[in-house]
Amino acid sequence: MGASRAVHVGPGSPETAVSIAGDVRAGRRSARSVLGQHRERIDACEGEVHAFNLVLRDQADEAAARIDEAVAAGRDPGPLAGVPIALKDNMCTRGVATTCSSKILEGWRPPYDATVVSRLAAAGAVIVGKTNLDEFAMGSSTENSAFGPTRNPHDLERVPGGSSGGSAAAVAAGFAAASLGSDTGGSIRQPASLCGLVGVKPTYGAVSRYGLIAFASSLDQIGPFAHTVEDAALVLEVIAGHDPMDSTSIESPAPSLVSAVHRGLVDGVDGLRVGIVTELSGDGISADVLARVEVAAARLRAAGATVDRVSVPSTVLGLSAYYLIAPAEASSNLARFDGVRFGLRVVPEGSTNVQDMMAATRAAGFGAEVKRRIMLGTYALSAGYYDAYYGQAQKVRTLIINDFQRAYQSFDVLLTPTSPTTAFAFGAKTADPMTMYINDVCTIPSNLSGDPAISVPCGAGDDGMPVGVQLLGPALSEALLFRCAAVIEKEN
Amino acid sequence: MSEPAARGLTRSDVVHVAKLARLALTEAEIDRYTADLVGILGHAEDVASLDTAGIEPTAHPLPLVNVFRADVVRPSLDRDEVLACAPSSDHHHFRVPSILGIA
Repeated sequence: MGASRAVHVGPGSPETAVSIAGDVRAGRRSARSVLGQHRERIDACEGEVHAFNLVLRDQADEAAARIDEAVAAGRDPGPLAGVPIALKDNMCTRGVATTCSSKILEGWRPPYDATVVSRLAAAGAVIVGKTNLDEFAMGSSTENSAFGPTRNPHDLERVPGGSSGGSAAAVAAGFAAASLGSDTGGSIRQPASLCGLVGVKPTYGAVSRYGLIAFASSLDQIGPFAHTVEDAALVLEVIAGHDPMDSTSIESPAPSLVSAVHRGLVDGVDGLRVGIVTELSGDGISADVLARVEVAAARLRAAGATVDRVSVPSTVLGLSAYYLIAPAEASSNLARFDGVRFGLRVVPEGSTNVQDMMAATRAAGFGAEVKRRIMLGTYALSAGYYDAYYGQAQKVRTLIINDFQRAYQSFDVLLTPTSPTTAFAFGAKTADPMTMYINDVCTIPSNLSGDPAISVPCGAGDDGMPVGVQLLGPALSEALLFRCAAVIEKEN
Repeated sequence: MSEPAARGLTRSDVVHVAKLARLALTEAEIDRYTADLVGILGHAEDVASLDTAGIEPTAHPLPLVNVFRADVVRPSLDRDEVLACAPSSDHHHFRVPSILGIA
């Protein structure tokens, strides 16, 4: 332990998004000086962390200058004025390379911005860079990136989690005050847990997916990473809301989340019924992680909640169902990367037909894990196996939804670990795919059900590394989850 | 109930799936993915062998039906900008090698 090197920053150093926006809006600090401070951190530590695929320089300078001009001219610079934010590199940025950490998108510059990018810009945020990920968001450690792994700022010898490992590391290292990730089976919550951050997977459809390069369309959802629950609430308020460009975007009004955080801090959670999910809080979960779940439960109890155990039996089938559904959808979504419209094209020597070009391009452009999932998904959807695999997994999805609905008749929110362990060493789980997949056991069920979930830091494990606990609630219960998360965070 | 051996997935199945998926795999990759898929599908046998009589499948978490936009003309992406992203283009078209294998 003593020899491990850490470069992380705690909340408040540098400041939170809330304090930065407050200062910039009030003219106490310039957006340019805030950006300069974060860039110093990037210049000092990015070489060791490798959070970014691309650090934006001129573009960020121009954005910061525009915000300072708006403040000087008395115009409202937006709720995220001057807040440096990092974007997972699977979100399209107009004219700026977007790679999904894959060789297959080499040279591609999207002709449009993702909706979340436009909303952040309109709110006054300064985009500082595009962050590393497991290729096409397939992984739980960021080791599957074509551009090399990201290191955990709390211990550079360990993974940051994944797939949004770069977005987590960028915030933990102080390169950005907040960041966006995408979560298909836990890809925001697990790295948040491993890097000591708050991470949110909103209700499916709450945040537009327009411009998010699709992995598994019925599961993918964008959400924030932040040092504090309040910061995560502020960022989610900005990016949530209906978007006509995403036909799965829901029409409900954007909830008031920051006020829910304040309510949790002032009023606690009196009368709230919390259920610890039995099936996700036993076998396969480290004892030191389970101990932190008990600590979180005690904090909620002290703030007025009742805590009991609840069985959600179908969640034990979640991992298997997910690793059929997600690869099946991926095999279809990734068919578009064929060397025709964007990115890499490889024409095998002596060949003149388009099928050979496509097969050679995909063989050269995709990494081992992406190929594995395309193969698995194609098989699960193929004639003769569709009913046994994909069809059965869709029925299990119904069982999980039904089980959650039953649980929510007796409980307002559910509590589980986020990740079975703290951050692990590089290479520790790469030999056998199932060993890596099991990292997602606690986070997958809410992607299958479409419900919101939040991971909030709750102390450290036996190895001194951060541990997050996960709160789950029914669809559109984000305000309640933020209120509970604020109660847990308050005692950190 | 079936055998927990991935329902007999073989190396030739993997070769066939690679063709469907347009992936030119090496012999070593075919061996590796045969072993990997047998392992992963063996784990998925808990789902594959479950009695699901009377349970409706869920394809999507939202109860959405078709979503239509108003039938009005609106700006779309700039054609030249989109074509400029392609490895090869010609005037208003994406260029690809011949579809039928005739040069």
